[in-house]
Amino acid sequence: MSRELWKGNEAIAEAAVRAGLEAYFGYPITPQTEILEYLSRRMPKLGRAFLQAESELGAINMVYGAACTGARVMSSSSSPGVSLMMEGLSYIAGTEVPAVLVNVMRGGPGLGNIAPAQGDYNQAVHGGGHGDYPRIVLAPASVQEAIDLMALSFDLAEKYRMITMLILDGSVGQMMEPAEMPEMRSPNRKKFDWATDGALNRDRRVLSSIYLDPLAEEQTNFRLMQRWKEVMANEVRYKEYFLEDAEIVIVGFGTAGRVSLSAVRAARERGIKVGLLRPVTVSPFPYEVLDRLTGQARTFLVVEMNTGQMLEDVRLAVRGRVPVAFYGRTGGVVPFPDEILDEIQRINTEPVSAEADPRQSWLDRMTAIKA
Amino acid sequence: MQQEIIIAGFGGQGVLFGGQVLAYAAMDTGMEVTWIPSYGPEMRGGTANCTVVISDREIGSPLVKNPPLAIALNLPSFDKYESLLATGGTLIVNQSMVDRVAKRVDIQSIFVPCNEIAEEIGDKRLLNMVAVGALLTALPEIGLKDVEKALENHLPAKHQHLLPKNFTALRRGLEHAQKMPA
Amino acid sequence: MTIAPNNLVYDRPEAFTDMPTHYCPGCTHGVAHRLIAEVLDEMKVIDRTIGVAPVGCSVFAYNYFDTDFVEAPHGRAPAMATGIKRVLPDRIVFTYQGDGDLASIGMGEIVHAAARGENLTVIFINNANYGMTGGQMAPTTLPGMKTTSSPDGRDVETQGYPIRMAEMLSTLEGVGYCVKRSLHDPKNIRLAKKAIRTAFETQWRGLGFSMVELLSTCPTNWGMTPVNSLKFVEEHMVPAYPLGDYKITDPIKQIKV
Ligand SMILES: Cc1ncc(C[n+]2csc(CCOP(=O)(O)OP(=O)(O)O)c2C)c(N)n1
Ligand code: SF4
Ligand SMILES: [Mg+2]
Repeated sequence: MSRELWKGNEAIAEAAVRAGLEAYFGYPITPQTEILEYLSRRMPKLGRAFLQAESELGAINMVYGAACTGARVMSSSSSPGVSLMMEGLSYIAGTEVPAVLVNVMRGGPGLGNIAPAQGDYNQAVHGGGHGDYPRIVLAPASVQEAIDLMALSFDLAEKYRMITMLILDGSVGQMMEPAEMPEMRSPNRKKFDWATDGALNRDRRVLSSIYLDPLAEEQTNFRLMQRWKEVMANEVRYKEYFLEDAEIVIVGFGTAGRVSLSAVRAARERGIKVGLLRPVTVSPFPYEVLDRLTGQARTFLVVEMNTGQMLEDVRLAVRGRVPVAFYGRTGGVVPFPDEILDEIQRINTEPVSAEADPRQSWLDRMTAIKA
Repeated sequence: MQQEIIIAGFGGQGVLFGGQVLAYAAMDTGMEVTWIPSYGPEMRGGTANCTVVISDREIGSPLVKNPPLAIALNLPSFDKYESLLATGGTLIVNQSMVDRVAKRVDIQSIFVPCNEIAEEIGDKRLLNMVAVGALLTALPEIGLKDVEKALENHLPAKHQHLLPKNFTALRRGLEHAQKMPA
Repeated sequence: MTIAPNNLVYDRPEAFTDMPTHYCPGCTHGVAHRLIAEVLDEMKVIDRTIGVAPVGCSVFAYNYFDTDFVEAPHGRAPAMATGIKRVLPDRIVFTYQGDGDLASIGMGEIVHAAARGENLTVIFINNANYGMTGGQMAPTTLPGMKTTSSPDGRDVETQGYPIRMAEMLSTLEGVGYCVKRSLHDPKNIRLAKKAIRTAFETQWRGLGFSMVELLSTCPTNWGMTPVNSLKFVEEHMVPAYPLGDYKITDPIKQIKV
């Protein structure tokens, strides 16, 4: 297959189709609407289900229903819409059916704006719906990576009977890059031993997230956590850049990660030993590699397009052994490489104190610049 | 090697497609490329811009603050990008839409009457191709032939009959820019 | 003749701020805004009105009206308005909502506000698509109508039938005043203005839930000139969404405007 210029959102839609997507349910919201629009053209021609729901709440529960049949099914939205889906996500998790959700994040909280942001990290990775439930979260930084992870997300969701989310910011959704599409896989619905597809020649099945007996619910939560241990052991993915001899290690996902790459290169040209770790799975989070890098790094610099959400996961891995600094832009502002380069140079010349609160120091610097 | 280009103008001036043509040409010659538009309510009658980054390795930031190359198709874009351009950079200015001369002397501003040239060719929508042609003087990584091939390969079928005029627009823009004193 | 206060017949309503609207040329959102502003002027209630803006092209309505305003999540304006009205029953509270906002994502909120007979006024702009997000199908999109999410035209077999909101809500006991008007020509605009006035009077007198549905244009996403889009309303929208008084309770019939 040759490289074609793909727009992120359309590439995601086509990659899902090629991965055997059987049903899509969604609702328009910028900057992800092209996924819905693309599939409104593509799915009916293939005889597959496309439906614009009355709301994101409707959409996620349509996904819930379709997922119970064992079909490959997904929805996509952007931050405010994903907030509405949280109820459904919790039920899907509690019912242990596979489903895929794409969040093309925008500036928030509230209605915010439609510019690129990463403010939904905590919602995706740590929070969101009620109750205890793990989920897989993938964070592509380029159009090709979005295509590759889209196909992977269905496989992971089915393998672990778990929600898989793709979180990317609006710029990856709107950007065009050369990318290669995988071959078309036919929707080959697997014979799952849990799917409610009609009790033909078998005992009937019930799918539900209700466990009235707290002990049974507790067992369920144990089961989910056991499965999560497998995910953590097998599915961690990340990319490393210039890490061999790095004394300063930047950690950034998605667009913040790739912007950091430009800064790292510029800093290397100035002779600074800096490298980049870009988590591709932000859940499961690459704690182990960070633990290893803690033995090598003098300082970590976490770069995000939010006020320091993944920062806490990095601190958890580093456990105070070396200082962790933070740089973020939020509300829909994308950092330019030179801002990150300034941070690298500052860290390189004035050592960061391990005691300082990285978010507070960052906020002080940012507000001092504005004042 | 890395080249960064911003194309800016009013919505409807073909800003986004102008950038896409460069992106296609870069891709077809085997390079890495990113194309990213400004998106959202800005589009409604307002200004539009896109950033194209061309490189021979994995591209980091798809956005650039101080591009070495830019095309300004109207006055607001000229005002904005003249001050943002990197020192030593080249700015293609659509002379048809601006009423002032360049302020900066540490960059090269090339004035091209894109609207008039496009109208002479017989289609005022071609103004973006005139500007892209002019930009090629400062973009040695991409040749006129590459852009022509990109247009051939990627212009939607219903516009294929416009290819010859697009080629003329590119060439006229390039020639105009080459005539300018460096 | 020079323009002097005594011969001035057309001026900017006081209920408007100085901010020019951001609507596309020929869009009737602006007309609807003006009618509301004129009514607020006439009733002299600018200083006791609280507006609730939707998510849609009119998301910035709060920039144009010189009254207090809040901005609701998509579809939730009737719920927010209920909250406000329950704490401040002597104020005028109105929502301004598009068809995606009111008839799709916010269907639950509007039905229940109406069923409870919330003493609110709702101005409902039916332009048969999602304007703000670039022209996707709305619940009000006409059968066969092409949108960016019904590229081959709305197929009622898979995408359902249009929803007639004024008709539907008029079946609810709590509703006092529920009518449909259109903005496609001066005569209809005058009728729309009268209906808006009556709706606000209904609320002022505590006579229950009031809603005016307004057939409106979206030249940009319909891909039509402003003039053709007005024709489209007259020739295609009005037959599909018949204008009329769907519910007016007896006390409201007594109101003279
Ligand atoms: C929860 C949520 N989902 C989706 C959106 C995106 N969105 C913004 S406006 C809009 C549709 C507006 O259409 P309509 O209500 O018909 O108003 P119009 O623009 O046509 O006046 C949508 C879907 C959002 N802001 N929030
Ligand atoms: S997009 Fe449509 S509804 Fe929105 S302002 Fe423009 S014409 Fe009006
Ligand atoms: Mg609408």
